[in-house]
Amino acid sequence: MNAKIKKASRHVNQNEGLIFEKSSPGKRGFELPPLDVPAVDAGKALGAAYRRDGVEGFPEVSEIEVIRHFTRLSTWNFAIDLGMYPLGSCTMKYNPRVNEHVARLAGIATEHPYQPQELSQGCLKILSLLEKCLLEITGMDVITLQPAAGAQGELTGLLLIRAHHQKHGNPRKKVLIPDSAHGTNPATAVIAGYEVQNIKSDSNGQVDLAHLREQVDETVAALMLTNPSTLGIFEQQIPEIAEILHAKGALLYMDGANMNALAGVTRPGDMGVDVMHLNLHKTFSTPHGGGGPGAGPVAMKKILEPFLPVPILVEKEGGRLALDYQRKESVGRVRAFGGNFGVLVRALAYILAYGPGVRQATEDAVLNANYIRKHLEGTYDLPYTRPSMHEVVFSDAIQKRRGVNTMDIAKRLIDYGFHPYTTAFPLIVPGALMIEPTESESKEECDYFIETMKSVAEEAEKNPELVKTAPHTTRIRRLDEVGAARRPILRWKSGETPRSDEPGTPKVKVATPTIPTC
Amino acid sequence: MRYLPKSPAEREEMLAAIGAKSIEELFSSIPEAYRLRKPLNLPGPFSEAEVIRYFEARGAENSLGYSRFLGAGVYSHLRSVVTDAILQRGEFLTSYTPYQAEISQGTLQAIFEFQTLMCQLTGQEVANASMYDGSTATTEAVLMAERLTGRRRVLVARTLHPEYREVLRTYAKNSGLLVEEIGFGPAGTLDLNGLKGALRDDVCSVVVQSPNFLGAIESLGPIADTVHGAGALLVVAIAEALSLGLVKPPSEADIVAMEGQSFGLAPSYGGPFVGVIASREKFVRQMPGRLAGQTTDVNGHRGFVLTLATREQHIRREKATSNICTNQALCALAATVHLTLLGKEGIREMAEQNLAKAQFALQELEKIPGIKRSFAAPFFNEFAVELPRSVKIVNAELLKSKIIGPYVVGSAYPELSKHALVCVTETTSRAEIEKFVSAVKSALETPL
Repeated sequence: MNAKIKKASRHVNQNEGLIFEKSSPGKRGFELPPLDVPAVDAGKALGAAYRRDGVEGFPEVSEIEVIRHFTRLSTWNFAIDLGMYPLGSCTMKYNPRVNEHVARLAGIATEHPYQPQELSQGCLKILSLLEKCLLEITGMDVITLQPAAGAQGELTGLLLIRAHHQKHGNPRKKVLIPDSAHGTNPATAVIAGYEVQNIKSDSNGQVDLAHLREQVDETVAALMLTNPSTLGIFEQQIPEIAEILHAKGALLYMDGANMNALAGVTRPGDMGVDVMHLNLHKTFSTPHGGGGPGAGPVAMKKILEPFLPVPILVEKEGGRLALDYQRKESVGRVRAFGGNFGVLVRALAYILAYGPGVRQATEDAVLNANYIRKHLEGTYDLPYTRPSMHEVVFSDAIQKRRGVNTMDIAKRLIDYGFHPYTTAFPLIVPGALMIEPTESESKEECDYFIETMKSVAEEAEKNPELVKTAPHTTRIRRLDEVGAARRPILRWKSGETPRSDEPGTPKVKVATPTIPTC
Repeated sequence: MRYLPKSPAEREEMLAAIGAKSIEELFSSIPEAYRLRKPLNLPGPFSEAEVIRYFEARGAENSLGYSRFLGAGVYSHLRSVVTDAILQRGEFLTSYTPYQAEISQGTLQAIFEFQTLMCQLTGQEVANASMYDGSTATTEAVLMAERLTGRRRVLVARTLHPEYREVLRTYAKNSGLLVEEIGFGPAGTLDLNGLKGALRDDVCSVVVQSPNFLGAIESLGPIADTVHGAGALLVVAIAEALSLGLVKPPSEADIVAMEGQSFGLAPSYGGPFVGVIASREKFVRQMPGRLAGQTTDVNGHRGFVLTLATREQHIRREKATSNICTNQALCALAATVHLTLLGKEGIREMAEQNLAKAQFALQELEKIPGIKRSFAAPFFNEFAVELPRSVKIVNAELLKSKIIGPYVVGSAYPELSKHALVCVTETTSRAEIEKFVSAVKSALETPL
């Protein structure tokens, strides 16, 4: 094993097949208390709707097999609890365990959204306090906690904007989106019924003001701006951007994915932003869980208040809280029930733990990113040299000369004990390496990361093949993504799905994917 | 602060290495006028114990100690402690979306297993890795049908969950979709003649929920024939997924949109839950959301990857099938663990207990003079009854006995103002059912 790799070693790791492959009739993992009312003949009760043969193919395994199965699977994953994920714009920070505890409390996890409001004051107080805290952090006037994720928050924001314009007699046609934007921005704009028009970035990686001025007219509903941008650079001209838009009656939407650079230091509401979403599973520490659940609250200025999704939290006499469903101008609902309440609980727990000290987290996040940038400048190409905030974007231009690209470097990081950074995004930087350490990384971890990146750059120079065929130490090597898409196998089927992990199976040619990840 | 792994000395060292005199310098790109000079006005900082105390106090202000007969889209079911033991493992809880497949095989294989279980339950050929919930899954299923057929009208059963219908309308407004409702007949099921009358060749899909919001199980065969005869697609929504333990899977459906909350997810005041879209293989390229597929690595070993990503926002951007990115992965994992624990026999037994308890409750309620069953259609664990007086008044009485009564059907169906939607699951004991029935009887005998 490479002596330079100090952070990770190889170790015996359990194999495990699909749970269906361990199944055999008569085994069960969970038993029920005995039935205390007379049993019913299901065939008689349900008639033609009766599922006589049960669920075919459903696994039959014991409790210990379930525990072993999922425990073994879990050991194949990288996780924040194991080490750094320098994924740009994902904000992979520590997920505090007390958040998990409080979300599971009796009286919190057990409540039904339709139970009487007088028996839900605890839940409503949690929502109310979270609203107040998020408004204080963002500098906005009102907020909805309903959207289930950032993308849904973006949609909600655009629906609010549309409703506003509709009220003024012209719903408008277009949404302006910078070419550096996250894919959900244009995807969402289309769902909201708008045409997407791309806005160029200037040589500093910021919105090209002159180009913007040309593009903004009365057919433009809004500009969707990420700030700091996906380059990690603060859009210094945001007040001017707001002015240009407002002059033509257009609104400024801010994608709040990068709030980790701003919380406690500055407030989007003070800078002319009309509406924005937050990602609670980024800035506010709720766990990523392999891909959700998240939450995407949308905060806005008063002008958009009439259009808030229902229900709305209101305070009645005596301080009693209630949910108000009667709002004539509401855009409606974007999902059933009030929101991802369990996620909202976790976010509030995070905010309460920090209090006003949330600024320190932001400062440490920006400190870490700049420390890494300082040490890697020169080793990696830095396409945009304006100051970085919580993330820095390099490119693979130097390493490309030896045929090594960002994806290869990312895969080699795995051998060193790190999760890759974000590759190939934003699109305006060819061969991007987007690095966001977050405040959760110690100086030691940052130093390991810097050493690793330097070591891999050296390998790219002296031994490019090593990097291009990485990772070498994972239980699974590079996977055939082309084959997966060409002949999709999306489920297990008894007797059909081939097992090909016997030793001696012929090697398969692998195509190197260049799909951007975030 | 306990979440920050830096000492003051280390911060100084790092600033020096950067060449900055203070942390302020690193924020100099933010215009002066917008840099906050005072700390934010936020509660805290709280120690761990104080955080816990805060939420325990909030919990005490909710409904602890009350029994409950509410369903209406959110169901109380037993969950094994094993589920949390797995979910709380840091490698699942704190891992990211499995874009880097070599170090995410745990997540990817679990998704593949989830997709398989969903297909087995629904009788469909392919299922995705999750949507936000049943309401958005239903909406996205309709948008999928619109893309597949190129048609603009959708006919929706009035017995589709009222909030699912609201969500559909919100999304439909901006896509030019025309949403129309089809009523229900005296049996509580879809008015088939009404459907036939409304069907034309401009309909992309017909959406039916089964068991529907009123608890009635629909006869999908004749509905499917009618729908397909007009060249439209049948979307079947399922809010109580446990019903599939005893009820025939909707294999006639072209797309199934399901809420999986019944599988190992606590009610949690409305979320997070887990939506699923399941459909035919031939429609897979129009399916929204993530998909995990099986493949092999360079050594020929079996592995799993996210696949068919060209449907998704990070590749297709404005041409994507959906804008969904973060979904409900950990909730899907909870459902996967829960279902593998239950297994083939367990899910059947749990469903049987629900059926038996609901039948028992109805039987006992019908002994009360003036109460009758609202609809003749078969039901699973939810049924509507008509009371001789306002449900709201009866529920107010029940609260005095620490019982949270049934859903007031009149809130969503004004013409059914005296009907109550009663839900009974395996978690409701016989004693609780008897106490509930007795309390209802007293409430009806109380002079107004």
